This record gives sequence, structure tokens and C-alpha cells, in this order.
Amino acid sequence: MSALIELDHISRTYSVDRQTVKAVDDVSLVIAEGEIVCVVGESGCGKTTTGKMVAGLITPTGGRLLFGGKDIWAMSRGEFARYRESVQIIHQDPYASLNPAHTIGQILSYPLRRHKLVKDNQHERERIRQLLETVDLTPADDFVDKYAHQLSGGQRQRVSVARALTVNPSFIVADEAVSMVDVSIRISLLNMLTRLKRELGVTFLFITHDLAIAKYFAQEGRIAVMYLGRIVEIERTEQLIHSPAHPYTRALLSAIPEADPRLTRAKERVKLRSLEIPSLLNLPSGCTFHPRCPLFEAGLCDVHVPPLYALPDGHHTACHVVAREFVPAQVPAPEPLLVA
Amino acid sequence: MINPTLSVQHLSVEYRARRGTVKAVRDVTFDLRRGESLALIGESGSGKTTLGLALVRLHVRAARIAQGKILYQGDGPPYDVLTLNHEQLRQFRWRECAMVFQGAQNSFNPVLRIQAQIYDTARDHGLNSNDETRQNALELLRVVQLDPQRVFRSYPHQLSGGMRQRVLIALGLLLQPKVLILDEPTTALDILTQRAIIDVLRRLRGEYQFSLILISHDLSLAAELADRVATMYAGRIVELGDVEDIFYHPRHPYTLGLLQSVPTITGEFENLSSIKGSPPDLIDLPSGCKFHPRCPFATEVCKQVDPPLVAVERDHQVACHHWEQVKTVVESDGGRVAADGSRTSSTLRPPSAVAA
Repeated sequence: MSALIELDHISRTYSVDRQTVKAVDDVSLVIAEGEIVCVVGESGCGKTTTGKMVAGLITPTGGRLLFGGKDIWAMSRGEFARYRESVQIIHQDPYASLNPAHTIGQILSYPLRRHKLVKDNQHERERIRQLLETVDLTPADDFVDKYAHQLSGGQRQRVSVARALTVNPSFIVADEAVSMVDVSIRISLLNMLTRLKRELGVTFLFITHDLAIAKYFAQEGRIAVMYLGRIVEIERTEQLIHSPAHPYTRALLSAIPEADPRLTRAKERVKLRSLEIPSLLNLPSGCTFHPRCPLFEAGLCDVHVPPLYALPDGHHTACHVVAREFVPAQVPAPEPLLVA
Repeated sequence: MINPTLSVQHLSVEYRARRGTVKAVRDVTFDLRRGESLALIGESGSGKTTLGLALVRLHVRAARIAQGKILYQGDGPPYDVLTLNHEQLRQFRWRECAMVFQGAQNSFNPVLRIQAQIYDTARDHGLNSNDETRQNALELLRVVQLDPQRVFRSYPHQLSGGMRQRVLIALGLLLQPKVLILDEPTTALDILTQRAIIDVLRRLRGEYQFSLILISHDLSLAAELADRVATMYAGRIVELGDVEDIFYHPRHPYTLGLLQSVPTITGEFENLSSIKGSPPDLIDLPSGCKFHPRCPFATEVCKQVDPPLVAVERDHQVACHHWEQVKTVVESDGGRVAADGSRTSSTLRPPSAVAA
């Protein structure tokens, strides 16, 4: 499999009240063709900003985003147009992302015309019907003339997916695409997306705060865990869930309440040293997780920023203490502690 | 047997809308037992929030309680909350029954310190001594794992969402109510913060005597904290029972469908499935059982007759014509969980669907 999208040390900073906020800090990630990568993390961890940079909606303030080996922000007009057709984004809120004054048919026809993908009206109607059938909105004729407000949340999100598919993208960024949909129909939406991957070979960057959803959708893919703008761990889904390496991932997995009373009440919890999430305006030195981390070592974790260490078992984890077990030579020596 | 703290009987709440009457809560009957924690679960539009608000009579003006009784028994003789006058209602709220609303962590007054808001609340509900309030509040803030002195002097913006939610829970318990109602207490909070809230609630239940009503769409919150669970669908309670019965031996197709649609972290990759269709229009409800258009067990009778909520097993009530069939499917598959507590990969479908 060749690399389709490559995030090459990308960062994004924002200025807030003359201060600089690092929303995404030095994130590198290679996504292969046909792969599913889930980005998980809590609010403010930079996962949406990352998704928007991948979709080309915002520019990185550092690093490069490569599509097919080329930096998208150094592309010619023609190349960039092709990139735009290849990469689509599905937004979180299907109540806000569809124009309320347009019918579903109109919503789907604009991109078809804009990118000159249909020959005539007849062809356009056929294509729209086909798209609606692809996302299981059948019979398609029932939906073409409806407005978004006449549809349920799940149906609206299917329309968003159909709209993304109008341009035959090879890559879809789905940002919390199921979190606003009722619990009882999330799985069918995810199954539909999985089918798209299988049948159309679409590559996915799936952004979610819900690890269980990530686990379900990326069964055969990878999960990247983000914390305060950085990827702290990335690994194949099964391994990440069953043998997490980074203390933050471990804490998350142990903290998740589950819909199974005996199991969830018996879970062993990872104890954190602090519950408070640091402000992005005032990030801790060294490893940003150190004020909360149960493995914290003074002189090491609060001094050196951990890189994503490649462990022998395939894990990539940004933790000095965990990495020292496996690759001691790569881990910096702790600074001597000052004794007063 | 001791009388329940709250006994809700045949309660119906309607909203007037331009298109017609929205039947948000329909003929709901349940008891809240002393000291128990009861979770009301269901999807958006199932009526759980309307029901919670009606219990303290804080439903919006457009809503009307069409029928029913809410019998409350605190330390004194029982009375119907619906018959209280304005002043009595003020005494009832917070002193007897407190509610923390959904998203309330964003509704603090931004220009007052937390302490001022605590004093105001206490005074408004009849506790006039600031010293006493202060003592109670500091104690409660400690139990919810906050630094009491710091929080007391803080402005709301100086606290995180999770901290504010914990302040609210503490504030809810300030006047030692017999009943605490929490509407989506963990929604929109991060996982580690959710965990902190859950742990705090468990701790509070150990240290103080109160009954808890948890309103949530999140099944895992019920799994963590509930003694009993009520599943709501289209304004009615369709199943009510002990938490283990609901999760491991559900008897209503909707409860079963909900359980099958939630992926877990710890379990294996199981065959999950969604419930087909979407929740009904509350103005123009389906005939008979309101779940029948989505139900894999539905037959002709379901289109005609709305099944009553009846006891099918000990302490387990279900409103379904075909609960015995649901039982056969659930139990033949070994239920949801194996003896060691791990999940079986269950593909629970009605016999008809399996045959097809």
C-alpha cells in the first residue's frame, strides 16, 4: 500500500489575546491508501484542527501536508483542484451542515455541476438517485425533493455522506460523524461507511472522542491518541485497546464507563495525579501529560519532550518511562535534581 | 414495606405546538424507593427530561400536566406535588427534591463568586445562617473532591466544566434533599472528567441518604450507578427493572435493541446492530405499541393495542405483547454476558429474522 496522505511534522498555532495557542504541535502520520485511521482524544486535543488541515480547509503554520507525495500548499491550481475532488470532509452536526432552504436533490447537484461530473439533467438525476441508494436512503425518489428538516438526524448524516461522495473522493475525513446521531442508529451509519471503504476503496481519517466507536470502526485499522495537540500513541486498533502503552491511553481505557454493569463496576482504574486538564495557553514543560501522569519522574518528564518512540512490538508511544524498558539507549538521561 | 419517596402515578405531560399536541410523557407510573438510584434511559425525544422537570414542576409554560399524581413522602405525611401552592413548592424544591439540569455547568452567574451563589440558593430556600451554609457547603465540596476554600472564592470561569458540575452536585445536596435528580450529568464532559463525576456520585451515595434519579441517554452511566433502570420510548416507560435484569435479561425489544447498538471497549468485536427506522413523531404517534414500526418482533396485535406495563417477573415490568419471545431469544443465546462477566458475541434476533 502506498502512502496517500502524509502529515509531515505539521503544527497549527492560533493567536488568542496576543498569546499563542498550539492547537496542533508537530504531528506526523502517514495514511496508506485504503486504510482507516481513527484519531481519538478529549475536547481541545487538536483532533478537529488536524482533520481540517488534512482536508485542506486550514493551512498549517508549520510542517507540510503531502497528498500523493506533493505538498498541497505548493500545488499548481490544477493539482489543487484534483486534491479538492479527492478529499472530502463530513462534519459533526448534520443539523448545521445542510442548507435548510435547499432540497436534498439540490444539495447533491451543486458539487456534481461545479466539478462537471454530469453531462445533462438526465445524467444528474440518475447520479443523485445512485448516490442516495449508496447511502441507503431508499427509495431515492422519496428523498430527492425533501428538505433537511423533514429528515431525522441519521438520515441527514447520510445525506452529508452522499454529498461527500458526489466527487468520488479517495479520502474522507469524518469529524465526529456519528456523535450527534441517536445511539440506536449509530452502528448502521458506521456499517454504511465501512461498506464504502470496502466497495469504493475510500480511505478514512475518522475523528472521534469515543474510543468504543473508534474500536468498532477501525477494527482493521489504526488508532492515534492525541493529547494537548500531540499524538501520544499510535498503534493497530486491537493492540492499542488490549495492550495500551502510554499512561494516558491506559487511563482513558480504564476510565471509560461501559454499558455492562458487572464489567464496568469491576474495572481497575488507573489513578491520575491530577484531574485538571492544563490550559493550552500555559502548557506544562517537557511531556505535557507529566502533571497528571502516574509514571512521572522528576528531571526527565518535566524537562524533555518525548518523541514518538518506536517500540519493538510495533507500538509508537510518546513516553520516556515506557520507552526506557525497551529502547533505553534512545531515552535521555534525567537531569540531576537540584537539592535546596 | 416502607413507602417510596416518590410515587408517580399515571403522569402525562403535553406540549402545545402549532401542529398539534406533543405527547411528551404518556401515562407514566413508577416508584422511587428510599435511597435507591433509578436511571431513566432513552433516546432524544423519549420524554425523560420532560418527566424529570415535571417532578419538580419546572416544566416550561407551553407544557401542561394532563393527568396524574406525584406523591411525595418525606419525613412528614405524604402529599401530591401537583397540589402544592407557590410557597409550598418553593419549600419542596431543593429542600425535599433538588434537580441539576442538563448543561447547568454553563448557567452560573459569571460575575458572582461561587460562595455568593451558594449563599443565595440557601437563603432562598430557607436556610438563613451563612455560617451553617458555609460549613455544609465546605464539607460537600470536600466530598466531591474539590479544594473547598479555593472553589468557594472562585468565579465560575476559573473552574473547569467538570469542576462546575461537581459544584452543582454539591449545591444540589446542600439542603439535604431526599431526592436528587440529575439530567445528563456527564454529557459533554471528557472521559476522565466523567469518571470523576461517577466516582463522586458513588461516594456521595455512600455518605448521605438520598434517592437519585439519573436521566441519561448514556447506557453506561446507568450501568455504573443505577440500582434500577427504566427504559423510556415515545413518552412511556416500556421496561422497568433491576439494573442487572435490564442489562442481562431484557424483556422489551427496544431495550434489547439499545443494548445491541452500543459498542464496548472491553468486549470482543461483536456483531452489533442498529434499530431500524427512527424515533416517532410525538405529535402523530403510531397506532398500538409506539415501537411497532421499528420492532423486529411486531405482529398484527402490536398495531392495534398499546400494551400496558405489567409485571412479568419479580420486580421487572415490561410493556410488550411479545416479551416471552424476547425472553426466549435472550436466554437461548446465553444472555448478554457469560458467567465470568465477559460478553458473549451475541447476535440476538427474533426467530423470524433468523429463519429468513
